[in-house]
Amino acid sequence: MEKDYAKANILYVPVLLILAMYVVYPFFDGIRIAFTNWNGFSQKFKFVGATNLIRLFADGNVRIAFVNTLVYGFGSTLLQQILGLAYAVLLTGDFRGRTVVRTIIYLPVLISALVMGAMWYYVVQYDGALNEVLVLRGHSKVFWLSQRTTTVSLLVVINTFQYVGVSMVIYIAGIQAIPGTYVEAATVEGAGAWRRFGKIILPLLFPALLTSITINLIGGFKLFDIIMALTAGGPGYTTHSLATLIYSTYFGGQQAGFSAAIGLLLFVTILFFTLVFNRFVRGREVEYT
Amino acid sequence: MMSAHTRRPISAKTFVGLVIVAVQLLPVYVTLTVALKGQTDLSSVWVLPAAPLWDNFAQALGAGKLARAFMNTTIITVAATALVVLLGALAGYPLARSRSRLNSVVLGFILAIMMIPALSLLVPLYVLMNRLRAISTFQGIIPVHVAFNLPLTVFLFTNFIRSVPRELDEAAFLDGCSVYSIFYRIMLPLLKPVTVTSVILTSVAVWNDFQYSIYFLQKSEMRVITLAINGFFGISGSNLHVGSAAALLSIIPVTVLFLVLQRYFVSGMVAGAIK
Repeated sequence: MEKDYAKANILYVPVLLILAMYVVYPFFDGIRIAFTNWNGFSQKFKFVGATNLIRLFADGNVRIAFVNTLVYGFGSTLLQQILGLAYAVLLTGDFRGRTVVRTIIYLPVLISALVMGAMWYYVVQYDGALNEVLVLRGHSKVFWLSQRTTTVSLLVVINTFQYVGVSMVIYIAGIQAIPGTYVEAATVEGAGAWRRFGKIILPLLFPALLTSITINLIGGFKLFDIIMALTAGGPGYTTHSLATLIYSTYFGGQQAGFSAAIGLLLFVTILFFTLVFNRFVRGREVEYT
Repeated sequence: MMSAHTRRPISAKTFVGLVIVAVQLLPVYVTLTVALKGQTDLSSVWVLPAAPLWDNFAQALGAGKLARAFMNTTIITVAATALVVLLGALAGYPLARSRSRLNSVVLGFILAIMMIPALSLLVPLYVLMNRLRAISTFQGIIPVHVAFNLPLTVFLFTNFIRSVPRELDEAAFLDGCSVYSIFYRIMLPLLKPVTVTSVILTSVAVWNDFQYSIYFLQKSEMRVITLAINGFFGISGSNLHVGSAAALLSIIPVTVLFLVLQRYFVSGMVAGAIK
């Protein structure tokens, strides 16, 4: 029968063809383009060696975008773990309205990040909801979207609010998988709520933590929609991520070669941090014994 | 899950829950108050107008071409999702059942593809699409969505089929079924749960997509919802009031689907995330 199954291998050929054409071929073509000075539309271009790759390290805008990308990635990941874990602990408790709260925290995950960013614009714009509160309390209005540190932090927070639901459901699933006897035993032995959380629940949530962090890191590094909706990388180049810089370098700057090189940088960045993270945590899981 | 008849206690937790809900709903609420007012209304964005103005919604659908965008998005989402699920299910069958060295390499390759972020490929992908004359066409954007959603789907189907006992196949085989008819008659009816998961994951991703669409759908009549919304916030004569109405309209379908099929959504998303 094994031989007959092998005949069915033909069933995955379409998938391989599509992936070869739309992922593998562009991947290598992207490396080729990164070594040219192509502008994106002209028939003429030259191979310029490693010029674009060297420029990745020299270019001030790339440096800003790279640092921002790390902030978007690590900042969102940190906030999402803290909030996600807190929400999960709260929502595995028993109280009225629990289901509604869960639903509303999770709902933004399913909404387009671009639309979510657009809706937050009404909160943070100069005549928006946030500034109205400030004025009411006697402060003056703040340009939330005009200064790098403030704006980048704000984008991290907005991204967190949108995707905290992902971490939350992962942690809820993790907490519910912990045998109730463990927690009961600790309670009988006199461990308080904090101690139970720190000594029993948190260590046993390690696999959930890994999953959640990996997803959040990759998601944060790839941040694109929310930036496009709220700042489009501005003012100037101060809030770009690598992802939005790829876009603006290609279509705005008409430097396809350099844009492809930034694409490689994004690829390497994500690969590097996911691998380092997974290497770092491997073998540190706590087992039920 | 508790039965609906059991009253849960109202406690401090309920209050904390309310605060969280308020924060999460804040942008939606503010967007709503803006959407119900005209451009000349300078009242606070915190208060709903006494007389709501529905004109912004009509304008968004008509002049804002949101109706057209809904149509385009629906066509792209349905086609891409159908293809992804069909191709993913077909590929998962031999990958799960025939455990040759070749097939483990193939599966490893498909999983490795997931590590490549699509954004890093957009320049060469644009070049490819241009050469295929596929920019701003349905037949152009749909395969792109299919390609980038396939690896996860293949993975989910492969894992699921592996969990189906082989004895089922063997019994059918002894009765004279070919491997293809085993797939069609035995496997296919069993695949409902993983199909639901794949449909949800893929259709939400495609429906909400902005990054591919902004590259590959440049003609205005090919706009999808996210592009139409983005258009309202452009530098060129933006109308924030119509834009807010458009944003609200655009989240209705997913919200309604989610509220109806919540259980499938969350378990599907968790399955997709954890595997």
